[in-house]
Amino acid sequence: MGAILKQYSYTPEKIIRGYSGKSLYINVSDLRIEEKELTDFMKEKFIGGKGFDLWYLWNAVTPETRWNSPENEIVMSVGPLGGITQYSGTGKTLIASISPLTGIPIDSNAGGYFGPLLKFSGWDAFELQGKSDKDIIIFIDGNNGLIQIEEGEEYPEDTHLLAEELTSRFAVDENDMVNVSVVCSGSAAKHGYMGMLNFSFYDPRRKLCRFKQAARGGLGTILRDKKVKALVVKYKGITPNLNNAADISTINKVGVKYHKEMHDLDSKQNKMRQIGTANTVMIMSQYDLLPTRNFQTGGDPETIKISPQVFINEWLTQGLHDGCWYGCTMSCAKCADHFLLTSGPYAGERVTVDGPEYECVAGLGANLGIFDPQAILEENFYCDTYGIDLISFATCTAFIMECYQRGQITQEQMGGLDLRFGNKDAVLELLHQMSRGEGFGKLAGLGTRKLKKIFVEEFGADPALLEDIGMEVKGLEYSEYAHKESLAQQGGFAMATKGPQHDEAWLIFMDMVNKQIPTFEDKANALYYFPMFRTWFGLVGLCKLPWNDIVPSDNHKTSEPAKVPEHVQNYVDIFNAVTGQNIDNDELILQSERVYQFQRVFSVRMGKGERKDDYAPYRSLGPVSREEYLSRQELYDKQLRDLQGLEPESMNLDEKIAKLRAYREDQYEQLMDAVYRRRGWTMNGIPTPERLKEIGMDLPMLLEVIEPKL
Amino acid sequence: MIKVNTEDYPWQPGMTVRSLLDERLFTFRHIIVRVNGEYVPEEHFDKSAIHDEDDVIVLHLMAGG
Repeated sequence: MGAILKQYSYTPEKIIRGYSGKSLYINVSDLRIEEKELTDFMKEKFIGGKGFDLWYLWNAVTPETRWNSPENEIVMSVGPLGGITQYSGTGKTLIASISPLTGIPIDSNAGGYFGPLLKFSGWDAFELQGKSDKDIIIFIDGNNGLIQIEEGEEYPEDTHLLAEELTSRFAVDENDMVNVSVVCSGSAAKHGYMGMLNFSFYDPRRKLCRFKQAARGGLGTILRDKKVKALVVKYKGITPNLNNAADISTINKVGVKYHKEMHDLDSKQNKMRQIGTANTVMIMSQYDLLPTRNFQTGGDPETIKISPQVFINEWLTQGLHDGCWYGCTMSCAKCADHFLLTSGPYAGERVTVDGPEYECVAGLGANLGIFDPQAILEENFYCDTYGIDLISFATCTAFIMECYQRGQITQEQMGGLDLRFGNKDAVLELLHQMSRGEGFGKLAGLGTRKLKKIFVEEFGADPALLEDIGMEVKGLEYSEYAHKESLAQQGGFAMATKGPQHDEAWLIFMDMVNKQIPTFEDKANALYYFPMFRTWFGLVGLCKLPWNDIVPSDNHKTSEPAKVPEHVQNYVDIFNAVTGQNIDNDELILQSERVYQFQRVFSVRMGKGERKDDYAPYRSLGPVSREEYLSRQELYDKQLRDLQGLEPESMNLDEKIAKLRAYREDQYEQLMDAVYRRRGWTMNGIPTPERLKEIGMDLPMLLEVIEPKL
Repeated sequence: MIKVNTEDYPWQPGMTVRSLLDERLFTFRHIIVRVNGEYVPEEHFDKSAIHDEDDVIVLHLMAGG
């Protein structure tokens, strides 16, 4: 172990109705450790989780703060419901910081044990500020009330080695390892902007650390910029009511009902217990939604090679410990055991690969033209252990590949890498270069927005084409859903506060297939309700998946099955039962909207968050290239005829593409108008003082930011 | 002509719920079907006839992400 630099003793607070009442502040510049009291104002306006994160972050930074400024913080909080063990998906940690990719607040979340163990160690939130001058490890011992900062130079950087070593180091014996959780990144995080955070949970059956990721927006890059190699928490003594809920019997009752649903219905619905989120890969391909070769098309006949059944039959271990927090019967955290690596520094070793999740198969597979499960698993492993957000990596690499194949950049400019679609060896070498901070891999790690500029200014690429095909908004890469034919989802991505991640809204089936939201107002209502509702998971410490990846057998009889009303009621009941409050469905949405509007104003404060920042690349809205148009010619010709009153038979292909583009861009403008109105924003995308007042968020600090923009 | 999720779709003699789902490549396993407002249980898809001018709603319970 490294030299101990600082020790701090504290008295862990007992959790009362979901809150300890205290947060932890550590400044790694001067090793300052402080305790802060939670205020009633914070609990009322921000609830917890992402709400607390954003509140602390706002108070830590200024409009001039950049991602690598010492005052930028990484803030973590689990929320008042986090850590209950009677319902599925209750162990989420929410993390926020100023992102290196976007320059505005990013929030991301992860399962694993860290957040709940942190709370049970006495901390509702944790602020990490400053920059250390050498690698350090921060250890929180929740049983003994000890915080220790020690030198960390001697530890390996890559997650699968680092977490194992730290878990062994801080556990008393093998039985104690389940009480330790590590947050760390990997060797690539210090070389690029798409570094992510791994959150560990020890798997006693496999006898190794497993991981969930807070992937989006470069949080791992920030951790390593602060020279923090890892955060470690240890807490022994998980019992069913550590939150000291106001009404544990209601929580038990709701939990039992839910677990029965999971037992009876999962095998008939999404099979989350067998394959996890990757269950949707074939469905996405069949419905033209699987992003393929940089989102050019929505599927490929070769998708069958990477279908869920292939992973279930040939790669994934079934029937072992797959829940990322106690009590989760969904247990969707799958993994491939004894996987033999064929490339990179660990070639020849057998490892356990956590995943693949849907985003992994879609992004590292179809979107790169790689229909090879073994290659996808190897990419998955290296993204995780190197600390790379595989969504940003996949979408950025798909962009590079298309630039190369369209003659915009050359193999020589990529340092000799032959990044054709489908070339798995070149993709793996790109990852290894990112880890080493060398060659074209180092450049690629800067992300799509910066690459567009470099390709244009230094390689002479066509700026208009690159704007059309570079799949990023606000600097963040799109997550892995093709959505050209869903106007609502185009808005769901591009108008998302932090950038195009689907955790705000996933409306593709409602919009494109079910045709449930045909008008602009319908779509705007959906783009109000679902982002507000989904934000709530991040306030209280819950996973979204148990909400709608399984639904009650009579859900179809409800008036709004897409909202899964019975599960929403479960959440209301559990919130009231933990906190002793008495909210209803409307109050739940109000809780979310307060934080949602706060985050939008925060983005405005940091220089983004206006209409100009909510535009999508045209690849998101429609066909950029002739090949894309021809791939859906019948559909597009019909739209020209039916929606625009044109005669496609008398037009050439380029004319048809141009006319369709003009129509779709106008549709998107009209959608923005409708959504802004519904969200209570000006036509420039700024939350109005009137709306902030209606929801009780007309705080002087917010009004000061928006008033010059009105 | 019938309506499928509010849009016109050509009707054919002998059409059933199952044949319509197959034709439209509606392969998602968690689907709710209503014909003229009446819920059709999955076990009746094969024999439930669709008549000309019927209004068919095929609701995919996929909220994703």
